[in-house]
Amino acid sequence: MIRSLFALVTSLVTSLFLSGPLTADTLRMAVTTSFHNSGLSDILLPEIVKGTGLDVQLIIVGTGQAIRLGEAGDVDAILVHSRRAEDAFIAAGHGTHRREIMYNDFVIIGPESDPATIAENTRTAIEALQRIAGAQAPFASRGDDSGTHKMELSLWAAAGINKAQRTPGWYKEAGAGMGATLNTAAGLNAYVLADRASWLNFSNKGALKLLFAGDPALFNQYAFLPVNPAKHPHVNHEAAMQLEDWLTGPHTAELINSYRINGETLFTFNAE
Amino acid sequence: MLEIWLGIKSAFWLIVTLDADLIEIACRSLVVTLSAVAIAAAIALPLGAWLAIGRYRFRRLVIAVLNALMGLPPVVVGLVVYLMLSRSGPFGVMGLLFTPWAMIIAQVIILTPLIASIAHQSIRDLWAEYHDLLISLNTSRSQRIKTLLWDSRRALLTAALAGFGRGIGEVGAIMIVGGNIDHATRVMTTAIALETSKGDFALAIGLGFVLIAMAFAVNITIHMLSGTEVRDRW
Repeated sequence: MIRSLFALVTSLVTSLFLSGPLTADTLRMAVTTSFHNSGLSDILLPEIVKGTGLDVQLIIVGTGQAIRLGEAGDVDAILVHSRRAEDAFIAAGHGTHRREIMYNDFVIIGPESDPATIAENTRTAIEALQRIAGAQAPFASRGDDSGTHKMELSLWAAAGINKAQRTPGWYKEAGAGMGATLNTAAGLNAYVLADRASWLNFSNKGALKLLFAGDPALFNQYAFLPVNPAKHPHVNHEAAMQLEDWLTGPHTAELINSYRINGETLFTFNAE
Repeated sequence: MLEIWLGIKSAFWLIVTLDADLIEIACRSLVVTLSAVAIAAAIALPLGAWLAIGRYRFRRLVIAVLNALMGLPPVVVGLVVYLMLSRSGPFGVMGLLFTPWAMIIAQVIILTPLIASIAHQSIRDLWAEYHDLLISLNTSRSQRIKTLLWDSRRALLTAALAGFGRGIGEVGAIMIVGGNIDHATRVMTTAIALETSKGDFALAIGLGFVLIAMAFAVNITIHMLSGTEVRDRW
């Protein structure tokens, strides 16, 4: 009995670790939570294996942490959405270049009752945030230095509402990924800034509703940045280039553009 | 409440249909935690015995520190192990980050003080009882340790199972050092965290029920194999 159990454990261990080690065909990529929570990664990964033979291992984190992983050389490439942080990443020599892949937009989600009345007669996102702050209506923030969080902070700055004015009474920093923050917002019946894709693919919508969208300031560009092999000789740069070719190809364009939930497009391909 | 019912249903279907992904992550959870428990026990049990029979300076302080380490926050252990194994850290060249090995290393660090503390406590009680006998037989230190370990094996089994319990449900450390990569480092707890973040509570709680069932199964199997609680034995 003990011998057979031992044999079982041994076979499990070998199957676990022999399938584990990194081969030339494995690529580690840190991606934003929205890329995965939107469901797009589940569509693309099997196609990447078919098209390139690459086994892409996704590490799902916020843009801030993704950039840290790239700086440390722990991943071969990153796919993120925060232009300023990306430019700093390239300028510091951590990445070889930045390639735009696709875009969608940020939307403001809130309770159906809309206590701050942002759904009507609101022209800009800044105005919407000013109304939320004015009404002191609950607002759930990512608070995790992710791309969405950086976008939200720049909107607050543009709206002229500083950190001290965002009191904890109504401004709740979740310090979590997009999905977890949407859960928080659903629980508190709070407003929240989300990317459209994560919102559409989110299951626990509760009494929340899409209340504001369409301001050009809410444009959300995703870009692919391979980690610089000159700085980190162990990174699989060849595979990263192979993946970039695939991500920017016509087949991917079709996959991304045709990915819909309830008839709505989640991402628009715009690689050049 | 509806989610809990849906969770029970999804757990049932996942198990009945032998869902391939579920079996893969369940096996990975078991292998990672059982390996970590085995390594931690190999370190902690002799350590606990040695600490119990030895007489040395600062004995109280050493034991107090060991007990305090039982409460090591997993997320801090994960962060430290991440910084050590990161490519820019001291052990980066080994390329262990985001592999099951990194998860085992983190869990060994979390489990060793827990198993050693419980082992130390039970061996100390037994040592009080055996002290005169083992001294009068003129045994060497290693003979004493072996005797005490063998005769307190039931309590040590409990120590190891407590370690297993802490390890199998742990999410903070393995999320950081493993990265929750599908088909590579995703385990039950990180999968539950991921499904929760997608708002899919039914699947998340379904996986949770499977995890609890696994913990039961492992404990019952180990008790059966070690032949405890049979008829009039205690």
